Amino acid sequence: MPLRPADGAAPGRRHEAVATGDPRRSDVDEWGRSDRVRSLARRIYGPVYSNWFRAAWEGLEKIPVTGGALLVGNHAGAVPSDAPVIMHGIESELGRPVYGLADYFFRTLPVVGTLWSRAGGVPARPDNAYRLLHDQAQLALVFPEGIKGVSKPYSDRYQLRRFGRGGFVEIAMRSGVPVVPIAIVGSEETMPILWQLPQLAQALGLPYFPVTANMLVMGPLGLVVPFPAKLRLRVLDPVTFDVEPGLDRYPKGRVIEEAERIRQSMQAAVNDMLSRRRSIWFG
Amino acid sequence: MGRRVLVTGADTFWGGRVIQALENDRDIEVLLGLGTRVPTVTFERAEFVRADQTYSILSRIVHATQVDTVIHTFMIVDSTQASSKTIHEVNVIGTMNLLAAASAPESSVRQLVVKSSGLVYGSSEKDPATFSEDTPRERSPRTDVERSLVEAESLVRDFAEDNPSAVVALLRFANVLGDDIVTAISRNLSRAVCPCIFGFDPLVQFVHEDDVVRALEFVTQHRLPGTYNVAGAGRLPWSEVAAICGTRLLPLPPVRPSLAVMPLVRLGLFGFPPELDALLRYGRGMDTSRLVSAGFEYRYTSAGAVQSFARHRRLRRAAGRSASPYVYEHDVEQFFLHSPSVVRTTAP
Repeated sequence: MPLRPADGAAPGRRHEAVATGDPRRSDVDEWGRSDRVRSLARRIYGPVYSNWFRAAWEGLEKIPVTGGALLVGNHAGAVPSDAPVIMHGIESELGRPVYGLADYFFRTLPVVGTLWSRAGGVPARPDNAYRLLHDQAQLALVFPEGIKGVSKPYSDRYQLRRFGRGGFVEIAMRSGVPVVPIAIVGSEETMPILWQLPQLAQALGLPYFPVTANMLVMGPLGLVVPFPAKLRLRVLDPVTFDVEPGLDRYPKGRVIEEAERIRQSMQAAVNDMLSRRRSIWFG
Repeated sequence: MGRRVLVTGADTFWGGRVIQALENDRDIEVLLGLGTRVPTVTFERAEFVRADQTYSILSRIVHATQVDTVIHTFMIVDSTQASSKTIHEVNVIGTMNLLAAASAPESSVRQLVVKSSGLVYGSSEKDPATFSEDTPRERSPRTDVERSLVEAESLVRDFAEDNPSAVVALLRFANVLGDDIVTAISRNLSRAVCPCIFGFDPLVQFVHEDDVVRALEFVTQHRLPGTYNVAGAGRLPWSEVAAICGTRLLPLPPVRPSLAVMPLVRLGLFGFPPELDALLRYGRGMDTSRLVSAGFEYRYTSAGAVQSFARHRRLRRAAGRSASPYVYEHDVEQFFLHSPSVVRTTAP
């Protein structure tokens, strides 16, 4: 059912709009994101973030406090926890809203789709990204590995997949904002995929159907409950491109080269953090 | 030499109001209204000509009166108001005939302003958050009214290409709310219970009826060419719109809601045209910076339009019936326009 305008007012009370102001009653912005829903989500997710995952950041100060930036992360876990953890961490520590760019498929889901949108989910389209980054100077989070990242089996863990065709680089170039890579370890172990069932996935119309270790331990609940692996997140140095912003297209070779360079720097950071990690559960 | 303006749909809500707004413009020497039925608002100096829907008489009128500006307001954007055959007749055939008359070799028409709708963008899950004027629609049109509007717009674009000397403006308006206008959405918001689709709370955008008329006037007076989105600033969730209007939302099932609501529609309790289905899932946003950078100032935001509508509705319910509606009497209007007994003050 549609969310009530979250203004905390009892149903009978009416708010008299300020004559000169815009008579809004809820704080839902033009992307569908609501700060009130986000702060409620942060309150609920807080224990998960702090006690279950015990998320630890390095380099959080590299994320710009003003201006747009495209945050790029490595993606893992059958039902990934990296996106909510990154958004929670940045919003709590820096106080800046983060918009998560994801497949438009979320919009088609009743209830879940609306909650996703109120929590800052935005369909990943170049024009949406441009408007967010350039026009509104916001932080946007994207995972260039996409489905390839989350559907990796456990045997391929932490091998970062190819970053698509580098679309995220082109978006950052056009919007004139830096790319801030965030390397995260621990996400693979939150929901490791042991086997895939492609026929079942096709039958159900899903992009993939995993059999995860969580499901072996908890049964069907395993699809929603991640393991309490310790999450470490390292923010790498922001990457700026000395190109002119606002162009219609950028040289493909350059875009792919930059994307690959970012992927390699993230892979190196992941490898470095893994070599220092003594325990999956305690870091 | 003043301008000579012809407005179609003079008997409709928009045509009548556009004429009333233009009557104050001293640059306009001749103001004609074309309509299929009698006008519903008073005209001070505009002349009303009654013609059939297909504008077959239009080329004769254009030739005889040498109008240089045509404002085409007669487009149906609400499928609850007419059958799909009528919608096609009015939007496509009517526009086609209008453009044919305007593009005749000796035609005097130099400016064309067309009132279109944001419906040409459609509403789908793949849509961008806001459509700019150049963004193409994502899915091919599925409803009759969208199809007819898309076709009408392509006819207008062809006209603009074939007649480079004419200034052609295409205005795409968001859903309108205001004090007087009655639309499928306004009717739903006026009732105690209003439809929504379970699990969806889309962001919608509105424009106030006064801003619609002002935008048409603005584009006419400034001779602006091109396509413009016209909508109030900001988008708001459907649940908030219902809250401002004081109506409760009735969730319809996300699968085939039109089936579930059909008995209520038949009883007249709900209006649920097919284009509303997609709108209540995904909403629609339009980027309005082009018209704003051309100098137009909106008086109402989206939420402002909704609030103005809600306030006026509360006033109408609380107060008694206002003055009896205007009834057009042809002989009386002819008398005022042409009789030598009427003392005409010199043009101010």
